[in-house]
Amino acid sequence: MQIDIVSLITIFILAVFVGNEIINKVPPTLHTPLMSGSNAISGIAIVGAILAILIDNGSASKYIGLAALICATINVVGGFLVTDRMLKMFKKK
Amino acid sequence: MEPIQITNILYLISAIAFILGIKRLSHPKTARSGNLLSSLGMLIAVIATLTYPGKEFDFSLILTGVAIGAVIGLIFATRVQMTEMPQMVAIFNGLGGAASAFVASSEFLTTPDSPFVIVCLSVFIGSLTFTGSFVAFGKLQGFISGRAITFKGQQAINAIIALLSIALILAPGLFFESSIYSGYLNAFFVVIALALLLGIGLTIPIGGADMPVVISLLNSYSGIAAAATGFLISNNALIISGSLVGASGLILTNIMCKGMNRSLANVIFGAVGAETSGGSSDGKEVNIKSYSTTEAAMILDAAEKIIIVPGYGLAVAQAQHVAREVAETLESMGKKVLYAIHPVAGRMPGHMNVLLAEANVSYDVLKDLDEINPEFEDCDVALILGANDVVNPAARHDQSSPIYGMPILNVDKSRTVIINKRSMNPGFAGVQNELFGYDNSIMVFGDAKDMLNDLLKEVKEL
Repeated sequence: MQIDIVSLITIFILAVFVGNEIINKVPPTLHTPLMSGSNAISGIAIVGAILAILIDNGSASKYIGLAALICATINVVGGFLVTDRMLKMFKKK
Repeated sequence: MEPIQITNILYLISAIAFILGIKRLSHPKTARSGNLLSSLGMLIAVIATLTYPGKEFDFSLILTGVAIGAVIGLIFATRVQMTEMPQMVAIFNGLGGAASAFVASSEFLTTPDSPFVIVCLSVFIGSLTFTGSFVAFGKLQGFISGRAITFKGQQAINAIIALLSIALILAPGLFFESSIYSGYLNAFFVVIALALLLGIGLTIPIGGADMPVVISLLNSYSGIAAAATGFLISNNALIISGSLVGASGLILTNIMCKGMNRSLANVIFGAVGAETSGGSSDGKEVNIKSYSTTEAAMILDAAEKIIIVPGYGLAVAQAQHVAREVAETLESMGKKVLYAIHPVAGRMPGHMNVLLAEANVSYDVLKDLDEINPEFEDCDVALILGANDVVNPAARHDQSSPIYGMPILNVDKSRTVIINKRSMNPGFAGVQNELFGYDNSIMVFGDAKDMLNDLLKEVKEL
């Protein structure tokens, strides 16, 4: 699946604009959860990691993929859980 | 519909979930459901990948990786103290960078004809983020001196590494036999080594007080690395999520820089807090009035509106809980109590808010700089707990002060300012605070927790 580079750049630029819009609306009070939450989202590399662990791939590239998968999973699991732990504490009396 | 289209639609749904998830972070009420939505988006992305048409996965290896990562992630998430959040985010930034670099490396090994520039770009940003983040972690944790570590020619060395990397990425043929794959492979390894070095070189000279900026910036890099990897493997999920994280980190970096009135270039190359420039208190005499907690309690008793200004010292003393008890007691006496949170009050963006939320302080009394500054005009008592530079009025008028121009909390506009400090040591910027000598300022010395416990007792006895 080879998409042409211009479409990829289009998606990239539009996503940056969307990101700018929504993140500017996050209040300072939630900036730490925003950061740990975005740690979790940057764990999206998990997708690339899984795609690298194919039966036919050489063992070097497979095990590098495994290293990527471990790092990315730590980010995904740890990031979402710790963000939830923090957000649970924000209460109004 | 072709199977690959279904996969791409699933990726689209996951991207929408991330966007809506972050959107729900715009209010503490909806934030938790937003985080849940984002995690659902991640699950969809993973399912879409595992069912990717035409790929034969080594499922046992994948399961192993996920199991190891999930256990480590779970331990991190449940064990970390809220005061340690900056360290955890630093580690996670580093792992995010490493994951992207690993994915790009693996892709380059299986597909040698991948565009070399994109391979290098994602490996370069990822590796730099990795070492930079671990240096930041070391500084925050105290493994490495929090002071700026500088030496002669440091910036020249960094510049040479950066230029060499750019040359290697754009024209590997200048250095290696680029007609053959092994030539490219050698260039690739050198690029990794240079990036790892540069990550250390760029972070080492940055002082501990500037770590909030560095963590935010590295957060952004980890996103950009993921996006670059997305370009390499032509995957929209990585590109969209990566750019969201990249944008988020940049916005936070900008907010932190503004909070300290520094440009990003000044933070990265300025080396504030180095041994050579440190301790620049210019010997200006301030006459202070030292009061007891009993006297402070009496002043609070006469007040109607009180604003608490917490600094990181409060969190270090683990005194948020007793501070909240004091506030609640004052509220039960019919007084209005608010909290003023400076953008750089903690060790990362929004850190102080989390520490206070942990101590059960209601989020609607936590006010940011713009909200709270007009409130000081009719405030009876500003109670400063462990904050220093962020309440120094010199930032408004003294052009010779290193913190001149920094947005501060205008506590001096209050009728009375009560400042609790352990000692007269200057703050992070190494400046003595002229506020302490103001006519309406009184000092109550002592450890924040002990002082607040005494104060709580006194206030309750009133």
